[in-house]
Amino acid sequence: MSENEKPKNYAGMSRRAVLAGGAALSASLFTPKFLRAQDFPTAEINTTGLAVTDDTVTIGILHSVTGTMAISETGSVQAEKLAIEQINAQGGILGRKIEYIQEDGASDWPTFAEKAKKLLVNDKVASVMGCWTSASRKAVLPVFEQYNGFLYYPTFYEGLEESPNVIYTGQEATQQIIAGLDWVNQTKGAKSFYLLGSDYIWPRTSNKIARKHIENFMDGCKVVGEEYYPLGHTQFNSVINKIRLKKPDVIYAIVVGGSNVAFYKQLKAAGIDMTKESPILLTISVTEDEIRGIGGENIEGAYACMKYFQSLDNPNNEAFVSAFKEMWGDDMVIGDVTQAAYLGPWLWKAAVEKAGSFDVDKVRAASPEIELTSAPEGYVKVHENHHLWSKTRVGRAQADGQYEVVYETADLVEPDPFPEGYQ
Amino acid sequence: MFSDYSMSELTAIFAMQGFAGLILFSVFVLMALGLAIIFGQMGVINMAHGEFMILGAYVTYLLSNFFEAYLPALFSIYFFIAMALAFVVSGALGMFVEWAMIRHLYKRPLDTLLATWGLSLILQQVYRSVFGAREVGVTIPDWMIGSLPLTDMIEIPINGIFVMVLAVGISVAVYVMMYRSRWGQQVRAINNNRVMADAVGINTAWTDRMTFAIGCGVAGVAGSAFTMIGSTGPTAGQLYIVDTFLVVVFGGAGSLLGTIASAFSISQAQSILEFFLSGSMAKVLTLLTVVGILMLRPQGLFAMKLRK
Repeated sequence: MSENEKPKNYAGMSRRAVLAGGAALSASLFTPKFLRAQDFPTAEINTTGLAVTDDTVTIGILHSVTGTMAISETGSVQAEKLAIEQINAQGGILGRKIEYIQEDGASDWPTFAEKAKKLLVNDKVASVMGCWTSASRKAVLPVFEQYNGFLYYPTFYEGLEESPNVIYTGQEATQQIIAGLDWVNQTKGAKSFYLLGSDYIWPRTSNKIARKHIENFMDGCKVVGEEYYPLGHTQFNSVINKIRLKKPDVIYAIVVGGSNVAFYKQLKAAGIDMTKESPILLTISVTEDEIRGIGGENIEGAYACMKYFQSLDNPNNEAFVSAFKEMWGDDMVIGDVTQAAYLGPWLWKAAVEKAGSFDVDKVRAASPEIELTSAPEGYVKVHENHHLWSKTRVGRAQADGQYEVVYETADLVEPDPFPEGYQ
Repeated sequence: MFSDYSMSELTAIFAMQGFAGLILFSVFVLMALGLAIIFGQMGVINMAHGEFMILGAYVTYLLSNFFEAYLPALFSIYFFIAMALAFVVSGALGMFVEWAMIRHLYKRPLDTLLATWGLSLILQQVYRSVFGAREVGVTIPDWMIGSLPLTDMIEIPINGIFVMVLAVGISVAVYVMMYRSRWGQQVRAINNNRVMADAVGINTAWTDRMTFAIGCGVAGVAGSAFTMIGSTGPTAGQLYIVDTFLVVVFGGAGSLLGTIASAFSISQAQSILEFFLSGSMAKVLTLLTVVGILMLRPQGLFAMKLRK
């Protein structure tokens, strides 16, 4: 972690940050009652030997802060620490302050599994905020199921999973894909799509869902090309020529990592001006975080389909953004996953308080139907399949690196990790 | 797949595809030149090559911020200064690394692989600590962004032309240094027979240091140029290292002409295959072909003739 990413004012949180935390709190459905620890004897709320004392509860944070994935996971760690800080400022959970043990997954999936085991077996943490890539989640899943841990997973992902030991605070694939495709078809009249992605499970599964939706559920629409490039690929001139030849209405791009930067820079250099919308570029893999690397001027005019943008105009989000910047620095940007990571500790707090216990089985039973009105993205609710009901939004990239929200679904979109007709 | 398109469309696409191949060729040449000097002439397997490139990229990033803040009038030409500075900074680091580490390992060439790999991990972590784990955005002057429309349909990326010109320029410079200068003669003499070169009075220690420094400096310039087309982050150097070694080994270590010929053949194969197949398949086929040819010709395309 670099110097400028350290919390600026950790112990003596400034008054503004406390006020911001308070603003988020007052909006909460759970009215701010300061629960007192002595009302909840440790022996009663912790029957399974978790790391809970009379005045603290310990949780784990498990992300990569070294290695390739540190680029993406840093924001999640920051958001989780902010949420913990704010919860503690309000008196903690059941009168107990949250303490955390942070482990580094080091962008290496077996390391994630090892550290997960350490957190659950040695440290007895009550829950874990962590993981980012699907590969790391798949690696820790058996550990969480074996030792009955409880994981809050923040990333939008491909779906096809529903573990009793995980709450998925990001979108599964259908929540992110379908509304965006319908929107581009209905408001822009787009009929032909060129699907492009990095070559691994998330882009492939997502494009499979996109293709099924385009071909089976959108009248007169077709896929004119679909292809994948190895992770880390940096030369896209050939595919850009191919796209020119096929003249799709929409380039549907799910390119990730360093390839992302190369792709957009070369698209711009090849004379494809996304502000002219021919073709339209629609992506589900570029958040405000990624734009920092790509450069706003290189991606201006592209559309992204997410559930959260930093520019969302609501009081929750204003409080969140200013608290985040207060803690981590004014030059920070907040992307979709960072916001989803921020929800983790709050959802856990709500579930623990509803259950009146830290026991994992009771927290799990209490989780479905948990609501959060204080979420920066707006109201969210936990579905019984452990995913969140949330809105899907489309934003348009601006030269300053922010998105302008151009569309949001009227209602919350139901999470559907095993979509029928899309397999 | 071509029946749906008119003749003029096809001509345009093939012209642009030809340019795409040339741009890829230039990128490969730029990546590989620094390594060709270090690996080819000194036999040092420099796994930290990518990190020296990224150092050049970070220098460009810092300079772009500096010019934006203090000398906005000169912003449109800062890129040239950045490339020169990238050469100096990467070269200086190379010189230091040679002094601190590499010179102790000349008798154990395989150990340089481990040592420089360790160095690459250290440098990655240093970049992460200094610049943060996230990728940084380098602002490029306006005139270098966008494309040059040749006809209605043919558009040539300006940064591609820039990379091409740079690749030619640096190749010529390296050629002159290696084959037309006294220093190059000494480098080649040491490569042929270190003991003998020492005996005839060549300062081998100094020549080694300069060779390593120049190799790293060239890598830095390449990294600086790649901020136009790629990402700048602590681990971005890893994106280039495999292709770089592929080009140098395939060309035959020690041969500048070999490096260029190999960059040309790999880039053309890849860019043509990418056009007709999907990206991943194109990569697989290119690698298979290279492996096949290297099995038949382990010394690479152009091996330097040596008296053993």
